[in-house]
Amino acid sequence: MSSHLKVTGLTTTFGRGDEAVHAVRGVDLEIEPSGTYVLLGESGSGKSVTARSILRLYQSGTTITGSITLGGEELTTLPERRMRELRGSRIGMVPQDPTGALDPLRSIGAQLMEVLLVHRIVDSKAAARARAVELLDRVGIADPGRVVKAKPHMLSGGMRQRAVIAIAIACNPDVLIADEPTTALDVTVQAAVIELFRELQERSDMSLLMVTHDVGIAEELGGEVGVMYAGRLLETGPIGEVLATPKHPYTQGLLASLPSPGVERGHLKVIPGRPPLTGETASGCAFAARCPLVTDACHVVPPALVRVGTGREAACPVVNAPDEGSPATVSGFSAGASEELSA
Amino acid sequence: MTSITTADLSADSPLAPPVRARRRARATGRRIPLGVYLYGGLAGVLVLLGIIGPWVAGNVTSGNLSERLLGMGAGGHLLGTDGQGRDVVARLIAGARPSMISALLPVAVSGLLGSGLGIAAGMASGWLHSLIMRILDVFYAFPAVLLAIAIAAALGPGTTTTVIALSVVLIPPIARVAETETMRLHGMDFMEAAHASGASTLRIAGRQVLPNVMPALLVYATSLIGLALVFAGGMSFLGLGVAPPHPEWGQMINEQRQNMYTAPMTALIPAIVIFAASLIFNQLGDALRDLLDIRRSTR
Amino acid sequence: MTTQLLAAGESVPEAPGRPLLDAQGLVKVFGTGVRAVSNVSLTMHAGQTLGIVGESGCGKSTTAKMLLRLLTPDEGRVYFDGDDIHRMKGRKLTELRRRLQVVPQNPQTSLNPRLTLEQSIAFNMTAHGYGAAERRRRIPELLDRVGLDPSYARRYPHQMSGGQLQRAAIARALATEPEVVICDEAVSALDKSVQAQVLNLLSDLQAELGLAYLFISHDLAVVEHISDRVAVMYLGRVVEEGPADQIWHDPRHPYTATLLSSTPGLDHSRIVLGGELPNPANPPTGCGFRTRCPLATDECAAAWPALMVRTPDHYASCIHDEPVTLMRDPASSS
Repeated sequence: MSSHLKVTGLTTTFGRGDEAVHAVRGVDLEIEPSGTYVLLGESGSGKSVTARSILRLYQSGTTITGSITLGGEELTTLPERRMRELRGSRIGMVPQDPTGALDPLRSIGAQLMEVLLVHRIVDSKAAARARAVELLDRVGIADPGRVVKAKPHMLSGGMRQRAVIAIAIACNPDVLIADEPTTALDVTVQAAVIELFRELQERSDMSLLMVTHDVGIAEELGGEVGVMYAGRLLETGPIGEVLATPKHPYTQGLLASLPSPGVERGHLKVIPGRPPLTGETASGCAFAARCPLVTDACHVVPPALVRVGTGREAACPVVNAPDEGSPATVSGFSAGASEELSA
Repeated sequence: MTSITTADLSADSPLAPPVRARRRARATGRRIPLGVYLYGGLAGVLVLLGIIGPWVAGNVTSGNLSERLLGMGAGGHLLGTDGQGRDVVARLIAGARPSMISALLPVAVSGLLGSGLGIAAGMASGWLHSLIMRILDVFYAFPAVLLAIAIAAALGPGTTTTVIALSVVLIPPIARVAETETMRLHGMDFMEAAHASGASTLRIAGRQVLPNVMPALLVYATSLIGLALVFAGGMSFLGLGVAPPHPEWGQMINEQRQNMYTAPMTALIPAIVIFAASLIFNQLGDALRDLLDIRRSTR
Repeated sequence: MTTQLLAAGESVPEAPGRPLLDAQGLVKVFGTGVRAVSNVSLTMHAGQTLGIVGESGCGKSTTAKMLLRLLTPDEGRVYFDGDDIHRMKGRKLTELRRRLQVVPQNPQTSLNPRLTLEQSIAFNMTAHGYGAAERRRRIPELLDRVGLDPSYARRYPHQMSGGQLQRAAIARALATEPEVVICDEAVSALDKSVQAQVLNLLSDLQAELGLAYLFISHDLAVVEHISDRVAVMYLGRVVEEGPADQIWHDPRHPYTATLLSSTPGLDHSRIVLGGELPNPANPPTGCGFRTRCPLATDECAAAWPALMVRTPDHYASCIHDEPVTLMRDPASSS
């Protein structure tokens, strides 16, 4: 199917030699047509870099290896001209900050029309204008006739993000990549925008790759999740299952540390230390230094993703030791670890 | 739960202070950019010449007319002689003092006053801010030459006149740079925290604002030095600065204009010297800015 | 908390209920007619945490600035330990600044980028007469208390991570031994795993030092976790206030219910608000929330309801007694 996205062995490195920053170190993911995939991770995990690498948004000085295929077509070897045709038409992108994504000097309508005309979705300005209004309506903007003439600064943050989404879906892309699209928004607006993503998906066979640090958003969207840390995937699987029974200490710790009613104050379970910076290296498992289940072997070789259930993989041999009956759960994250010398 | 020991704070552990992943840690302390030494040294030479120049140069006001307009290297004169038979090198060395004074002193004075005004304006709000900026605007519009003429009328021509005129004229642009840099800090949380700390406005200005304003000011001020050099020369040309036969770089250009076609080097050499001097101070400014840029100079 | 000279025969007035920080009827209107804060009253007691939750434009930051005496209210008073802070001068004002501190939101700008940690903390201490020897002694202690290695004293902000910067900002706030600390979105910019550490740290410090916190955030889960009482703000007013667990389990204002349901992943009976946040320069008549409220009636346009008691110590400004029940099941009548 033309919208099947398959990424194999993706690595992205900025710079060279001693200065090289290995932002992504071997990521595999696959999105079926109409599927949803959530890349979950904190800052520095490499999730945004992964998304942008798929779109080949990085210029010289960045090395991307691995294979990215869309509907069977290999994207990494495409000439830039061809890639430009793909961007916006077959792969849409919704970036994090809607204000930065829009040209402050031009009306929303003009920016929408540009996408439609450049990718030849329509053939006349009049048709483009009509389509623009239609798109704004599709993304839930109440008064599309007014908004189409408005400049970005006249709109609220939520409306701007909807406008950006309209631009991203204007050409009915096969895949929509959203990079933390709600981080800059208020929580009630965020809820509405996530609703919008769900609706858009239901009404078309567009697949969605959502990059986020918010576990709740992952839960909302459903589909597959890949938990990223230090440039690698630590755990993958259907979101509901991964959140219910996480099979990697990092995922377990992350979920355990979310504040929720009933947790006694001062006793949030914490992961000591801090997430690694982009490209920060360590020998062995990147999480070893913070992991309560760490063994000596963990410092030697980064564990590979292995199957731990139907459609589930995890990169922790300790939790998923084959000789134990059921995977170990981390009770070892201590509460009240504010005393630790750490981040 | 593994207990965290100091060993875990080693550079490779994520528990440790973040180290730029690429470079190996060097010794702590600032890395001083090469430029500071190089251009600092050259600038130092210029200043030194300014101080001892006239004593070293010997007789520079009168020359041997039979040795007029000798070319470079002729008759023991390294760079030749000018239209009055005076040794060019000697005149350059002696001329360093008025040039350096005219260039450095106004920038120093207006740097102090201008940055004080600019920071005050930046930290003031509402009407006080507008008042200071409008006053500065008035001075901005003042043509430097007219001001110099007025001062010369009262004090007579000379280096003093040039210095005073330039000092006044340079205050507004410096103040504006200082004000812009101060305003840039407005939204920043640490300024809010500083105001909430109970420290006096003066202390906040000196301790919190000034370190942020310094880099831009330094670069701007050093670029003004070159400007001042040229300006001083212009003053002498108009008869408002150093009067012949005393040497001053800009004035040397003016004096030798008439020899442009017969012996162009006599006019060109002082021009090259002015150019070189302002380049040195510009580069020094850049190097100092790099030195002050803590991101680059610390690991 | 107060030191008072007793006249002969007088006994210490028992005032456990006397608030440490008491804001009454605060109003702030900005130049262009924007009513950023309208009639906000808050009280804080020693050792307790008051949480303020609301989205952008609700006036929580403006309120915080008025409490910190960084902005002058157009109406209303703020009392710290019985004294009007906006009328304080001289030594009393300096004392206020010592006892009332702030931890700002953005770790990247909460510390002066050109000063070392030590210099930033020392700046606060010098303003209150701590001598050089005392600074030398206390600063490493403070850093250690917030979980930073004392060697960090010589570091610059760009050499530290977000979580470390917030810890440093907390250390700076504690340097003058304050009684009230205003945390203005202090954990919002942090990764979730680091957020938990900092929240635990704040709780521990409160238990140890008897601090009172004003905790401002847009994240209801975080606010509920760390607060004893919570105030919900919308369009410049407090629309609901009460004990934290009641706000969470028994909200009495439609906006609170919406906030709760908007927290991703938590409530699947999502209440999605229509419409947009009204322009603060041109708010709706009556209740500011009515343009987006599923329960709005004509009555709501008359006047913004005052905060009414719903259960002991729990107030809400909605004409309906139990709006959330109505929202969840429109068929039931109140």
